Amino acid sequence: MSKVLIDLKNISKSFDGQMVLDDLNLYIRENEFLTLLGPSGCGKTTTLRILGGFETPDKGCVIFDGKDITSLPPNKRQLNTVFQRYALFTHMTIAENIAFGLKIKNKSKTYIDDKIKYALKLVNLDGFERRMPDSLSGGQQQRIAIARAIVNEPKVLLLDEPLGALDLKLRQDMQYELIRLKNELGITFIYVTHDQEEALTMSDTIVVMNQGYIQQIGSPEKIYNEPENAFVADFIGDSNIISSTMIEDKLVEILGTRFPCVDTGFGKNKPVDVVIRPEDVILSRPGTGKIKGTVTHLIFKGVHYEMEVAAAGFEWLVHSTGMFPVGTEVDIDVDPFNIQIMNKPASEDEEAAGINE
Amino acid sequence: MNKKALLKKKLLGTPYFIWSAIFILVPLGMVFYYGLTDRTGSFTLENVLAISTPEHAKALGIALLLSLIATLICLLLAYPLAMILCGQKNGRQSFIVLIFILPMWMNFLLRTLAWQTLLEKTGVINSILNFLHLPSLNIINTPYAIVLGMVYNFLPFMVLPIYNALSKIDGNVINAARDLGANPIQVFMKITLPLSIPGIISGITMVFIPALTTFVISKLLGGSKILLIGNVIEEEFTQASNWHLGSGLSIVLMLFIIVNMLLTAIFDKDGEGSFL
Repeated sequence: MSKVLIDLKNISKSFDGQMVLDDLNLYIRENEFLTLLGPSGCGKTTTLRILGGFETPDKGCVIFDGKDITSLPPNKRQLNTVFQRYALFTHMTIAENIAFGLKIKNKSKTYIDDKIKYALKLVNLDGFERRMPDSLSGGQQQRIAIARAIVNEPKVLLLDEPLGALDLKLRQDMQYELIRLKNELGITFIYVTHDQEEALTMSDTIVVMNQGYIQQIGSPEKIYNEPENAFVADFIGDSNIISSTMIEDKLVEILGTRFPCVDTGFGKNKPVDVVIRPEDVILSRPGTGKIKGTVTHLIFKGVHYEMEVAAAGFEWLVHSTGMFPVGTEVDIDVDPFNIQIMNKPASEDEEAAGINE
Repeated sequence: MNKKALLKKKLLGTPYFIWSAIFILVPLGMVFYYGLTDRTGSFTLENVLAISTPEHAKALGIALLLSLIATLICLLLAYPLAMILCGQKNGRQSFIVLIFILPMWMNFLLRTLAWQTLLEKTGVINSILNFLHLPSLNIINTPYAIVLGMVYNFLPFMVLPIYNALSKIDGNVINAARDLGANPIQVFMKITLPLSIPGIISGITMVFIPALTTFVISKLLGGSKILLIGNVIEEEFTQASNWHLGSGLSIVLMLFIIVNMLLTAIFDKDGEGSFL
């Protein structure tokens, strides 16, 4: 593993008495694509702004490459930001926009010209030097904003929901573009988004946040397959979260029926939350599964069918390529390794704080 | 929209069209008629060219000079103020704006008369200065008093368009400039100032034009010694009863205003001054 580049230590921040970040600890490795993911107001943008130097934390410190940069102004930091809604300088041409940071650093004209050419090529907008920002589409403006940041050769690029203002198709294209850019530049990307699909597609590491607390840190696979609490499970993709009882190691009772599972160490007869992804619910003819149910809704989604099945007093969300018409009696089964067991939060506060930390 | 609906919509504008025909177009036509004819009613450019006589040229020159100075002072006072205003929270912002607009609700003539009383040799300010054993201030009936009156009366017209322009600048654009390495001075010179130019231009227009054409301020605060072009025109109409000469000089003044308006139209595309 590469070395730690940024270390956020015990960061707290409140605005007008409202706690936004509470004792946040997070480290970011060199050359990592790290995504801060969470609903609006979870503190992800504040975290990014503290990294960029636009906010000063009330408590805690920011260590960058071994140095404390907590009170350093943005213009003295070795990182650059790509803002939501681009924030291009509308009174300057594209070339002047990209050259802004380099001119401030008094680079030579030939160096700047080369850099502009290189950056425009990198974002696939060759020949746009003399255009004005207003004459570009949203996607093009965002690429210019990225070009303007990367010509300064930052060690870290901060991206604040950069694709939020773009339409779906363009957003997907830009996701691949960003992954390509990161691989070509070989620098650290810290990305803020509320879009879980975006996070899963691009990241090496996802940090799920809620109400100022980190809920889980992990790879996209880990976050999706092994959510540590109900919030993460619910926020990342669709899921069935069912209140259950852990009978003993590797045996859980869900809605009155016992299922073998793979988790251990929760104790005996302990109340837990169980997460089952909709695509992991197996529907079959009556008599072949574990719980009896009836299909209540059926929608064709393109890739799969989405069904709701009423069984044992719970509405199960099911994704399947096979289809059962509404009213059909079905049996439900789940493979042991697809049952994810989580501790129950004792209170709402604890839920926010992430009890498995 | 079909033609009938369009006609109906246009019909709603009728009162305004009648109003502007009677009170704008007709008087304007009369100014041009009088300005371009002599007493016998035949065409002449004499009244317009009369601006080149030493007496009139001097009045125009002083008017231009004083209104330029007043505009400059307004700009220097208004810009920092508008910046401070933008940095405030919403509640306090509207309070400060209110304080600035408040005097505008009072009659213009009344406010200027008040300054006359304040500045008089035995006026309020000098009484206070005398009481404190300080030398008295003799600026009434001088160009200084006229500039003071102009600045006082027209300052809000400079503050508001600049404030409008500044408050439209996206905070993230400023942040982006800082992020790219610009220090506060560079941010101001390269980002804030260029982006606020439309506001500055329309502020300049809105101070310069009324200052250039005023005759009340110069009359009340300048005594009868200092004649601005506005005073000359007023006298031609009221005392000399020479409507032809007065109109001719008005046409010249109008040319200056039109040039200024054209400049505004070119620079202020976003309509920063359109709040009035």
